[in-house]
Amino acid sequence: MYDNMMKIEFLSKSQNESFARVAVAAFAAQLDPTLEELSDIKTAVSEAVTNAIIHGYDNQEGVVAIEVYILQNEITIIVSDKGVGIEELELAMQPLYTSRPDLERSGMGFTVMETFMDSLEVKSEKGSGTTVIMKKIFNSLS
Amino acid sequence: MNLYFKLKYEILIVHMSGELDHHSAEETRNKIDNELEHCGYKDLILDFSQVTFMDSSGIGVVIGRYKKLALKKGKLCVINVNNNIKKVFELSGMFKIIPLYENLEKAVKSF
Repeated sequence: MYDNMMKIEFLSKSQNESFARVAVAAFAAQLDPTLEELSDIKTAVSEAVTNAIIHGYDNQEGVVAIEVYILQNEITIIVSDKGVGIEELELAMQPLYTSRPDLERSGMGFTVMETFMDSLEVKSEKGSGTTVIMKKIFNSLS
Repeated sequence: MNLYFKLKYEILIVHMSGELDHHSAEETRNKIDNELEHCGYKDLILDFSQVTFMDSSGIGVVIGRYKKLALKKGKLCVINVNNNIKKVFELSGMFKIIPLYENLEKAVKSF
């Protein structure tokens, strides 16, 4: 159930990370967020999209999809890929754990998403891709 | 991401301008490493005053430089981070090993 929604799909190229952040932020603008709330969303989206590109598709070509739903003052952002999937989800979500230390990854992606959004749910299966569902409630009093 | 380098009292100061994410991380890391090699200094100040966006990729870039400089007994610090960038760094506990200063003057004095 939602009042408004949008969906975008793009190639898993790193130059699309900025586009994804701005696209979601532009759609979220209708909820009259504060600059900080907008910043939080952009950062969380950036983490999820980067994960899909680096880990999901291992820097090969695939499609990343983002769906955004708005219901009253709550936004739901779903970032999904059809990449390799996460084998050990609990391990992957541990702060500072990274499967790619060779890329100087900090292992903080999920921690950032969890902290900057109000809720985070990850569905993944090895070989079937990954779906990240994040929600945030906006506190604007307008 | 644009990088401007300045040398002062044997410290390499890097002014970064733009977005620091996965896309710009590799170029940023390579340019800083090349410049460090070129000038031969082992002390580094990273100026974030014109960084408009950063995600956890930035943590990787900073900590990566820290590890490299530590091998040469060098040090690094960051300055002029905005509130959002500060939040991201704080999550990683990075400030326990890499100091944050309010401005260039205080950073330079720390070395």
